[in-house]
Amino acid sequence: MAAQRFIGRPVKRIEDLPLLTGRGVFIADLPFANLRHAAILRAPYAHARILGINASRARGAPGVVGVITGNDVARLTRPFAVGVRAPVKYYCMATGKVRFVGEPVAVVVADDRYLAEDALELIEVEYEPLPAVIDPERAAAPDAPVLHEEAGTNVACRRKMTYGDPQRCFEDADVVVKAQFKFPKYSSTPIETYGVAASYEPGSGVLTIWANFMGPFILHSLLARSLNLAENRLRLIVPPDIGGSYGIKTSIFPYMALLGLAAMETGVTVRWIEDRREHLLAASSGTDRVAYRELAARKDGTLLAMRARWLDNVGGYIRSPEPGCAFRPIGNWVGPYRVQSLDIDAGVVMTNKCPTGPNRGYGCGHLYFEIERMVDMLADKLGMDPAEVRRRNLIQPSQFPYRTPTGGLYDSGDYPAAFERALKTADYAGLRREQVQARAQGRLFGVGLALAVDPSVSNMGYISVALDPEIRGRPGYLPKSGATEAITIRIDPLGKISVILGSTPQGQGHRTILAQVVADEFGVELDDVTVTDEMDTFTRLWSVSSGSYSSRFATVGASAAAVAARKLKAKLVKHASYLTEIPEQALEFADGQVRPRAGGQPALSLKELAGRVHWNAAALPEGIEPGLEATAVFGFPEAKSPDALDRVNSSNTYGFIAEVMAVEVDPETAAVKILRYVSVHDAGTIINPLIADGQILGGALHGLGGALYEELVYDEDGQQLCASFMDYLVPTAAEAPQLQIEHLASPSPFTPLGAKGLGEASSMTAPAVVANAVSDALRPLGIEITELPITPSRLWHLIEKARMRKP
Amino acid sequence: MSESRRIRLKVNCEWRESRAAPRKLLVDFLREDLGLTGTHVGCEHGICGACTILVNGEAARSCLMLAVQADGAELTTVEGLAAHGKLHPLQEAFREHHGLQCGFCTPGMLLTAYDLLCVNPAPDEEEIRAALSAVLCRCTGYLGIIEAVKTAARRLREAISK
Ligand code: FES
Ligand code: FES
Repeated sequence: MAAQRFIGRPVKRIEDLPLLTGRGVFIADLPFANLRHAAILRAPYAHARILGINASRARGAPGVVGVITGNDVARLTRPFAVGVRAPVKYYCMATGKVRFVGEPVAVVVADDRYLAEDALELIEVEYEPLPAVIDPERAAAPDAPVLHEEAGTNVACRRKMTYGDPQRCFEDADVVVKAQFKFPKYSSTPIETYGVAASYEPGSGVLTIWANFMGPFILHSLLARSLNLAENRLRLIVPPDIGGSYGIKTSIFPYMALLGLAAMETGVTVRWIEDRREHLLAASSGTDRVAYRELAARKDGTLLAMRARWLDNVGGYIRSPEPGCAFRPIGNWVGPYRVQSLDIDAGVVMTNKCPTGPNRGYGCGHLYFEIERMVDMLADKLGMDPAEVRRRNLIQPSQFPYRTPTGGLYDSGDYPAAFERALKTADYAGLRREQVQARAQGRLFGVGLALAVDPSVSNMGYISVALDPEIRGRPGYLPKSGATEAITIRIDPLGKISVILGSTPQGQGHRTILAQVVADEFGVELDDVTVTDEMDTFTRLWSVSSGSYSSRFATVGASAAAVAARKLKAKLVKHASYLTEIPEQALEFADGQVRPRAGGQPALSLKELAGRVHWNAAALPEGIEPGLEATAVFGFPEAKSPDALDRVNSSNTYGFIAEVMAVEVDPETAAVKILRYVSVHDAGTIINPLIADGQILGGALHGLGGALYEELVYDEDGQQLCASFMDYLVPTAAEAPQLQIEHLASPSPFTPLGAKGLGEASSMTAPAVVANAVSDALRPLGIEITELPITPSRLWHLIEKARMRKP
Repeated sequence: MSESRRIRLKVNCEWRESRAAPRKLLVDFLREDLGLTGTHVGCEHGICGACTILVNGEAARSCLMLAVQADGAELTTVEGLAAHGKLHPLQEAFREHHGLQCGFCTPGMLLTAYDLLCVNPAPDEEEIRAALSAVLCRCTGYLGIIEAVKTAARRLREAISK
């Protein structure tokens, strides 16, 4: 292994200078010649038939270049493929019917945005309103209004899966705890909204789309098919900077199709920048869920089995990559516990809300909120300390790599050590003593714990568990699997290094991370490395799993860079061996040069070798390819497709999180005050602690936002009630709690640097830990938090009700 | 639609002039007509603070002003913070404390912090949090930004007392 001078150090980011001085390049900043602007007309009803659209006045309005309606979309595009069997037709704009408030109905292209918005007001749409349904359980009922007549039901998918012997476990159990949970619809609302530009060149037949899209690039195939283009005629370019995404910008792809169509139809280059209202109404959000859970245990606290039935509400259409929320954590459905038996009934329902998609922690926030709450309820029932119940059930260090009953392969870890570290750092025993005192004074003081297995680098195959094994087993079915990233490293004739990749960072500092990795591999300075990271599907190597999601970069991206560097070093050693006539095995690449392993001379510098390879190509010996570049496509062999028993290793590395939080609830206002918050992470090798901690902090506040403040609320008719930042409350600097972060490192055996992902990290534990802490604070009143967000008004009602019960 | 008007204003110490329709937002004018794309738009309804600039020395939301209202005014945008190629202490400190990730809120954060330190050179943590709560950041969890403002305030005070 190369000496590590930069890996593990808090290197300041390369990305910062342009961003701090106003020279970032976001989608709205890209310059175009002759650019026109689009504005979108949106449905005012949650559910309605479109009887007619008259756009003739808009077409004649000043500055208008063209108008696209659902009729054009139905005529010229195909519905996007969906991940389930239900025959749901999802086009890039409403055709015939609208199914959520804010759904696009028409697009105007005009000389500027002001004129485009003026023209929207001239479009007349005649609607026949239909009854709406927004509650998932209600939508699943046989008499509910049906959104998609072809499907005949709002249930998009339902899978029942059994692992081990849950029935026996439940029969043998000493105790069973049961609860219903509700997880809210919330969104990480990046401060930069969606933005798309498109331009069509009829000569070559190439449509170019620029968008702040984050992948996965499997959606490129869906887009091309929907626009009836060959994939190599659809060029997708991601601007150098993306203003945050956290999963949300995956779901921009329908707008990419819509703007692509607008460019093809009008023949102009056109850009659309979403406004905040459009974003909150109609972009994407996490999935709201109703879950019913049961946990079987022995009276010593040993967990035996879990049973869960849930309904995920994916909104008006099941849009790819949904139903990912239901299945993304399948490999880690048991969390960090040694449970062997599970009974799962996963349902996915469509209602008249905005469609959903990935949101930081995708599916894991839901999972750990439910599991960790259940563990606390069990502890309470058994009269045990919740820390002790957890201790008794953790997977032990000697058990790694650990195969979960659902097919996950946990690569490494020391869960007990990380958990004990969290307890110690937070002074758990001290907090419990403080609690005794506080309670004696009548104060509502609570301590919460939450543990999680933090999955990273999704296996593209997991989503196919949405289909029955019988369907996956049919001849002709194309199995899906894998998770790859491609990186090219090039050395120029003067010996400096360029790294080229096509990831889609949204603030995670990929260029800095790779500069650190590559500088260490070659033993050069950070300054000697330039990283170019601008995704362009015409010039970068990519595949269906490309993109920056599922916390994948430190794992798969950094691995690809290390492997590419090693290939290139091997080539340099080979060449040096030829030049010096010293056998390859006796040479090594270190500190920017090739030199004898035994030390001493001759040492050939990178510059010297690069000069020789580039300038004297004809003199290269046989067997050495000219040029100095290497490409590595890194993939995980364990990312297999699901087996016939629905087992799948849904991610490729698995970190661990242990959190402790202390809160106090104000009995009068029901406000929750966070007094202490400790978060311990084991994500293997940390490449840049500054960036890693930044990811953890940001993720924690996303999780807390969803747990305490944020919810996209709808009324009975499906009208959305928080379409501005005035009504959709996100945490500000005044609310951000102090968070104490600690790291342990159990390197992953599956990556060359031992790194695992941590981009989502505490977003998946924060809801659980705060719900546990608040429930603990309210234990004297007998209140269990089973529904988020814990807004003061919701909590105040719970407290009032409890007080009426026990005066 | 009424005729466009001539607007003359001083931006980052330089007089600039252009024409704009009366309804054009100041932020659009800065970005589209003056090419100053460092000022960002995150909500257009005055809450996110991404569009914050200084107007006659005070923090203001450029999405809530019309370009014509700024005629004759003196503005500072993020492009004007670094002097002679040298980062402002706030910019330096943001970098050190990882006070930015995607960088989209950063221009608004920097100018809001700048405004705070002009009015209150020695803010305590509560005051910093209160001032910064005018700008939303969804990446950082704010702690790095708060630390950065503390550091910059300290350095600016030290520089003055020297
Ligand atoms: S864009 Fe001006 S406050 Fe949000
Ligand atoms: S750094 Fe991304 S929103 Fe603040």
